[in-house]
This record gives sequence, structure tokens and C-alpha cells, in this order.
Amino acid sequence: MTTHAGAVHEHEAPKGFIRKYIFSLDHKVIGKQYICLALFSAFVGMFLSALMRLRLAWPAMKLPFFPDGILPEQYLALMTMHGTIMVFMVLTTAPQSGFGNYFLPLQIGAADMAFPVLNMLSFWTTFLSLVVLMAAFFVTGGAPLGGWTVYTPLSAIGEIAGPGQGLGMTLWVIAIAIFSGASLMGAINFIATTLDLRTRGLSLMRMPLTAWSWFITAAISLLAFGVLLAAGILLLLDRTAGTSFFIPGNLVLTEKVISHKGGSPILWQHLFWFFGHPEVYIAILPGMGVASHVLSTFSRKPVFGYRAMVFALSAIAFLGFIVWGHHMFVSGMSPYVAIAFSVLTMSIGVPSAIKTFNWLGTLWNGNIQFTTPMLFALGFVSLFVSGGLSGLFLAQPAVDQYLTDTYFVVAHFHLIMGVAAIFGMFTATYFWFPKVFGRMMNNTLGKLHFWLSFVGVYAIFMPMHFIGLAGHPRRYADTSGAPFLQALDPVHHFMTYAAFITIAAQFIFLFNLLWSIWKGEKAGINPWNATTLEWGVPSPPPHDNFAGHEPTVYRGPYEFSVPGVAEDFILQTTPPDKVVKS
Amino acid sequence: MGPKKGNTGSAATATILALLLVLLTVLTVYIFAAKTWWFPPAINEIGKEIDQQFMRTLVITGIVFVLAQLGLAWAVFRYRARGQRATYSHGNNVMEVVWTLATAIMFIGLGILSQRTWAAVRIKPAPPEAMRIEVIGQQFKWSFRLPGPDGKFGKYKFEAHPEQEFTRDPWVVDADDPDGKDDIILGPGSVIAVRVNEPVELLIRSKDVTHSFFVRELRLKQDAVPGMTVPLQFTATVPGEYQVVCAELCGLGHHLMNTFLKVLSREDYAAWLKDMTAE
Amino acid sequence: MPGVAITDELDILNAGGGPPANRGGGDWRREPGAFGRERRMYLTGVSVALAAILMFFMALASAYIVRKGTGSDWQPIEMPRILWLNTAVLVASSITVEVARRKLAQAGVAEFRNWWAITTALGMLFLGGQIVAWRVLADQGLFLATNPSSSFFYLLTASHGAHLLIGLFALLYVSIRAGRPDWRRRAIAAEGVAIYWHFLDGLWVFLLLLLNIGR
Repeated sequence: MTTHAGAVHEHEAPKGFIRKYIFSLDHKVIGKQYICLALFSAFVGMFLSALMRLRLAWPAMKLPFFPDGILPEQYLALMTMHGTIMVFMVLTTAPQSGFGNYFLPLQIGAADMAFPVLNMLSFWTTFLSLVVLMAAFFVTGGAPLGGWTVYTPLSAIGEIAGPGQGLGMTLWVIAIAIFSGASLMGAINFIATTLDLRTRGLSLMRMPLTAWSWFITAAISLLAFGVLLAAGILLLLDRTAGTSFFIPGNLVLTEKVISHKGGSPILWQHLFWFFGHPEVYIAILPGMGVASHVLSTFSRKPVFGYRAMVFALSAIAFLGFIVWGHHMFVSGMSPYVAIAFSVLTMSIGVPSAIKTFNWLGTLWNGNIQFTTPMLFALGFVSLFVSGGLSGLFLAQPAVDQYLTDTYFVVAHFHLIMGVAAIFGMFTATYFWFPKVFGRMMNNTLGKLHFWLSFVGVYAIFMPMHFIGLAGHPRRYADTSGAPFLQALDPVHHFMTYAAFITIAAQFIFLFNLLWSIWKGEKAGINPWNATTLEWGVPSPPPHDNFAGHEPTVYRGPYEFSVPGVAEDFILQTTPPDKVVKS
Repeated sequence: MGPKKGNTGSAATATILALLLVLLTVLTVYIFAAKTWWFPPAINEIGKEIDQQFMRTLVITGIVFVLAQLGLAWAVFRYRARGQRATYSHGNNVMEVVWTLATAIMFIGLGILSQRTWAAVRIKPAPPEAMRIEVIGQQFKWSFRLPGPDGKFGKYKFEAHPEQEFTRDPWVVDADDPDGKDDIILGPGSVIAVRVNEPVELLIRSKDVTHSFFVRELRLKQDAVPGMTVPLQFTATVPGEYQVVCAELCGLGHHLMNTFLKVLSREDYAAWLKDMTAE
Repeated sequence: MPGVAITDELDILNAGGGPPANRGGGDWRREPGAFGRERRMYLTGVSVALAAILMFFMALASAYIVRKGTGSDWQPIEMPRILWLNTAVLVASSITVEVARRKLAQAGVAEFRNWWAITTALGMLFLGGQIVAWRVLADQGLFLATNPSSSFFYLLTASHGAHLLIGLFALLYVSIRAGRPDWRRRAIAAEGVAIYWHFLDGLWVFLLLLLNIGR
């Protein structure tokens, strides 16, 4: 690897618009850039889901850009892009590279990330991948169709397999390959930063759980994205170079015989899910970290079982790599292998349960302050429980035979990723906004956003369990194919109404966010009376975070309500002789 | 004490949140218990076993769900800020061990229990007298093939001549294969029938992309993967007509790729077969 | 000051004129102990990057093994003999890069530059030899999509070659900057690039074995 300027160099604040805001090396600017990218992507993804819900409720409805209504292949393309954009451009960016980039150096007492130039490159590479992905909407043939999982051979054969298999699909693969590279760059940075740039006194076991979650998530990314990149290259070669990694012989499409042969469609699934399962833990772990952090802060109580929490994060990360086959129980994979994957998958419920118990334990005997970030953290716990438990059904192949590829799965992953993880991001936003902008977000709007969203997401996604039980397959453009599906139309209507109300509520958040940047109440250095290092520097922090000083850490991150102390919190950096006794 | 800023809410916030969580719990439990939307009744023994395992899982997850959501509701209400100081505690190792072990035993136990049912349908081979039916998925209809009186399937052209490169559809039974002479082909869009109370083995294949053969009442689903033949066995015990749907995204017609599985008595089946072969 | 392990090489470098005085401004990064921390940081970065690259190749290797096992159309290709020569060249370059790295600590920049240049030349020779191997296959009518065995050959050698090319750029970059007075950066860079280079050597041996065994 080459050396490069930056890193341990003292960097003076850059001058000029380009260096300050565009190609900035400052982790704080890069973090904000990632969050902006995620925010944009979230609203695009949400818009796509609105169109999907309209189609499911009223298939014939005519819309702008869809003068004949949304055609089935268009619905499938919307669904594919919705999933891809949300999973990659929202859940794999903001929680880790957005908030993590901004706050990891601050929380460990560093002036910046280990490799600022690599950091800047990782953002712009992510940006490039988003541009390539969005381009798929505008090329001939339009956006790809295949779900975010793009199973082969449908995705490998090309246009002859139908609409959505042309240039758009190729662009999708290229975008994801570029994204993989960007993620790997970010992972390297996070790991080196956490291991080597912690300040004096900050042992690993004194790090906030947010820092732990970013560190472990980076380790997962590091080992998972290389596999996705490899899979993407193989798929690209099948599509463009005539190879047959995933395409078996003697396929007949529209009466033409395809010339490829010998490939294995299941090989794609193995490679994809080897990445894909760890990916969902990449999406949720930072949310777990921030939930633990905020629950402790606003219960005014240390995290219950800090060591167990670190262990649980690590166990989830490790186990996450050996359960991928649970996405493939009915794929034609060996039933013996299915049993192994099943038992391992049930085991991963154990560390998740530990975390849930510990969150409750943190609240117990606490002094709970219902700030907006706290409400979202509490919502996170409820949603994580709801979403996680349905996994226990899906982990058993005997039961999964019925439930897989139905709306039961859609309910499961939406509650966990599409809601709990998103609530994690809201928690982080409301909590850290004062530090980033020096102003508070509006309380009333924040609470309103919470109540509407919390009720709304349950209203959208709980019913999906029930239509799944009734056997409603997923990725269906409408219910016209079978009477038992048509009987479920009223549920589709209900979910669509709920979706629109919930989507509307997100605009309250957007307005609050933008308005508060300029007009929010001034926040001061530590409005929450929190304990970690970022709350000891000005809001917003100076260019090099700690103004040239190396902070010293004297204690763990969650010293709240310590007996014999006047205040109900002690900053990590307060020297013992400066702590005011009661 | 507590934060300097950010309206920290009040008894009202705590109460509303707690009530919402209680409402969530009650509604969810009710809808599951009332089976407002539920599986159709199972028509095979293994389906009933699957249902039992589902219910065991539902009870356990239900208990955890209720305890967790109500626990959260209680904590939120009981420990809302009322001027108290929080208890300074970093945790309780004994409790950690206890609830970790309890969860592990419950979850892993549930998992192990379920494998018997899985093995019974997927590992145990189909009985030798099972009626074999080849199921072929293609965009966007199902076709079927019966082996005929000789009980053997003839080879398709590409199976008989694996080295040959075909330019026309090779999914045609090879004319030179004696086994294939009595094969009964039920072309795309056909309905398939089986005899009640008799074992059946489906041999599931695909001509183009991955599909999935799903019959709710059997509780069974199997992907139709091009390049593979995957067996799926069942014995249907209730006569009737059951929807077959595709459960793996296969293109724009995915949601319309369906047909029916008829479960018929011996006499009705014979009559059906006669109709099919007469065409 | 935070205890930071100082390497033998650092002591030797220090003895020969050592690091420049603290740049000042209270920035703790410029204190002498910072070198060890900086070195550790870059080496962590390199090691961690190698883990990611390894996963990429493991994915390709497992795809290779699966495809060989399932496809009935596996026709093993004959490995061009020049591959063995290329391997020898690459192993030699690993030796020379290691010599270069050690010379930097003991004898100074000039000797380092010579051995480093030899390494770079050997690296280029290796890549040239790989292209010759591709030519040999092309002459036999074996291209990327000809059969799965040839597909994997081209894919694996191209992927390895691409990473090696990056390594070559790194070697060139280090030798260009070797003239600068910043001894710290040079030492860290040489160490990091050497580790990367050794990894690619080991990876190549693994790929060669994979392609050859059980054909």
C-alpha cells in the first residue's frame, strides 16, 4: 500500500470551497456527506415504495409517468431498486460511514480517522456507485428486475429473459461492485482507527458501545464485501463475456436455446448470501450500538452488562458468517446442510436475546428522560423484538418451506431493517444533531415524528405477517392470479393507507432537520449531560476535534448516577480530583 | 439531574408509550389467536406435523414477545423521571448466565425438534411405489410429465445426447428412447392430478430460470432450478382442488404463473387420466 | 507518554540522525512516540486490507471448486510451462523486496534503492510472463469463455495480476519518494509494501496449486 499525506500529519483547516466541502479530508465533513447521500437515497427509496404500495392496492390506477398504470414489469423494477437503494445506499452508509465517520474519532479522542485520503475516496466511490445505480432508471430497457438478490440465471442471461434484464441489470452489477470497493476502503479505515488511534486511558473496554458497534461492523464488512465483489464479477462475465458460471445448459427462452452451459444457479445464491447475511448485521449493529448508548444516557444509568453487550455484538458478527444457508432451504441445497444452517441460525437468537434483556435491564431502576432520541431508542427495542422473533420461524426449514418467499419474510426483514435500523438512524440523528450543528432539533416536531412513525410502521408491517401466513407469495405485482390472494386485498389497502401516513410523517422529520440547522435553539457543549468524549468539545467541534490536545480518559463510558457524586453523570475525561462530590 | 435540554416528557409520554406497547401486544396476540388470516387446512400428515411445530414456535415466540413488549411498557412507565436517582449498577452476571442459558435451551431445543419433521419429508426417500410426476417450470406456466404404464421417464433429447449442441428446443422426448414412448406430456398451463392417500414424488425442474412450486395446503415449496432435478414427496389425504403458485421471482409473469393440483379418488383419477390421454 | 513499542530498525535509524525535532503546536502526533503509533496504524491498514483481498480470492476459489465439481463439461487445460518460470521470478522478487527492506534499516538509501529496483523489475517480468502465458493459451484457441477451466484460469490470473499491478505502482511510488528526507514515511512504506508483496507471492503459489491439483 502506498503512503499518502494526511493521517498523522497535523492538518491545518483547509481553505477554499472545494477542499472544505467537496474533497474534504475531515472525517466530520465526510460523515455529513455520507448522511446526505443516505438521506437522498432514503427519500428516493421511500418514493419507490409509495409507488409499489399504490400498485398493490389499486393495480389499474393511472399515474404520472405511468399513463397505463404501473405494468407488472415496472412494479418489479421499482421493487428491485427500492430494495437495492434502501439496503445499500441507506442502511449500509449512514449508520456506519455516516455517523461512524463523524463520531468514532471523537469518541476515541483522535483528531481524525487513520487514513483521511482513503476516507475521502471511499465517500466519492460510494457516490459514484449511486450515480451508476440511478443511471439504470434512465437507460433503454430501464431499471433491472430481479429483486435486490438478482438470482441467476434470470439475471445472468440478458435481455432474452425478459424486460429488466438489459443494460439496467448490467449497470446494477457494476454499481454494486463499485459499492463493494468503497465499503472495503471504509472498513480498513475504521479498523485501523479503532485499534491504533485511541487516546490515553481509552482501553477497548472503556469504549462506548457505539464505537464497538462500528468496529465490529467494519470487521464484518471487511470479510463480506470481497465475496460480493467476486460474485458480481462472475455475474458480469456471464452477462457480457459469454462465460457460464451461473448458467446451466439447455435453457429455452422464448423458444431460443441459450448457448451457455454447465453453470450452477445455486452457486450465485451461495456467494450472494455469504455476503448477504453478514450484510444485514452490518445494517443493524450500529443501530444496536446507538440504542444501548442512548438508553443508558437517558435512563441516567450505566449500560446493563457492558461486557455481555460486547460479547453479544461479537457473537452476532461471528455467527452471522455461518448461517447464510437459511436463505436457501428450498433452493435445492442438500437437506443435511440445511439442518446445520438451521441449528446455527437458531443460535444467533441467543446473543440477540442477551442484548434485549440488557436493554430492559438498563431501563430498570433508571430515571427515564423522554427526549426525542430516547423515544426512538425505546421504539428500536420494541421493533427489534418484533422483527427478530419472526426469524425463529424462518430459521426452521420444516416451517420455512411454507413461509419462505411469502410476505412473512417481507414482514420480518422490514421490521428489523426497514424499521428498527431506521429508528436507530433517527435516534442517532436526534441525539447527535446538537453536537454537529450546535443547535437542538425542535422537540415538538420530533415527538410528533416519533408517534406517527411508531404507530405507522407497525400498521404497515404487522399485517404482512398475516398475509404471509395466508400464503401470499412475495414479489407479486398484484393479487389477480388466485382467489385466495384477492381475498387479501383489504389488507393491502390498509397497509397502503398506513404507508402514506407514515411517509408523510417523514417530511416532518425532514423539515425539522433542515429548519433546525439554521433556526434551532442553541445547544451548547453538552445539552444532554452525556459522558462520552464528543460531549467535551464545542458544538460543532473544531477542525481537529481536540484543538491539539490529547484527551485523557479516566473511566468507562457510562458512569451515570454514581453514588456520592453531585451530578448524575461524569464525563469520561474529567480527572478524578475534579469530580464534584455530593 | 438529567439533560439540560430537550423537553424530557412527562407522565403523559410514559403513559402513552406504555399503553401503545400494551395495545400492540394485545392486538398482535389476538389476531394470531383468532387466526383471522391463517394457513388453509393441511391436506397431508406432514403438513399437520409442520403445523404443530409452527404452533410450538408460536407459543414460545409469543411468550417472549409478550414478556418483552410488556416488560418494556412497564419499565417505561415505572421508571419515568419523577425526581428519583437511578440505581448505579453495571449489571448482574448471574442473571446474564440464567437468561442466556434459558434462551439457548429454548431456541436451540426448538430448532432441534423441528429437524425431525424436515428429515421426514426431505431426507427419507420416497417409497418405491410412489407415483412419480415430473414438474417443469418455464416462463410463465407449469407443465407436467407422467411416466406412463412402464413407470419410466424417457430421456429428453439433450439427456440422450449430452455432447450435442441444440439449436431447437431439446426438451422433447428422444424418439429412440423406448422408455419415453408411453410418457404422458401435459403441456404448459396444464392442471395436475394425484390419487388421494397414495404417495407421490414430484421431480421438479425448470426449462429457463428459477421458479418455485408451492402448494399451501401441502405446506410444501420447492424451487425449480434449471440444471437440477429436485424431488419433493407428499401423500395427500383430502380430495379437492388446490392452487399451485410460483414462489420465486421469474419475470414479469411471476404473479400469474399458477395452476391447480387435484387430489382425486382412484376412480376419478382414472377418468381424469383417460381425458388427458384422449387428447 | 503513552508507551509505544520501538522497533530495532527505528533505534538504528535514530542513531543515524534521527527524526526531526517536534514540529510543535502541542500536537501530540509529532512527538517521537508518534512514529511507532503511525507505523502500527499503517501496518494495521495493510494487514486488514490483505484480509479483504483474501476473502475475494477465497470466493473465486470456492466458485472454482464448485464449478469443477458440478459441471459435466469440465475440460482441464494444460498449464503453460512459463507459469513455473513466472513463479520463480515472483519468489525471487519476494526475496529481493525483503533484502531491500532490511538494507533500508542497516545501510541507508542507496542500497535500498538498488534492491527495490530489482524487485520492481522482477515484478514487471512476472506480469510480462503472465501475458505470455495468456498468449500461449490464445494460440491453442482457449479464451475467457471457451470452457469453464479456461474461464477460471483467465479470471484468477487476471485478478492476481491486477493486484500485482497495484503493487508495482506502490513499488514505484516508494522508490520515487525514497529521495525525500522523511525517513519515517519511507520505512513504514517499505514495510507495508513488502508485506503486500509477500502476500501476493503466497497467493500466487496458492492459485497455482489450486489450478494444478486434481485437474
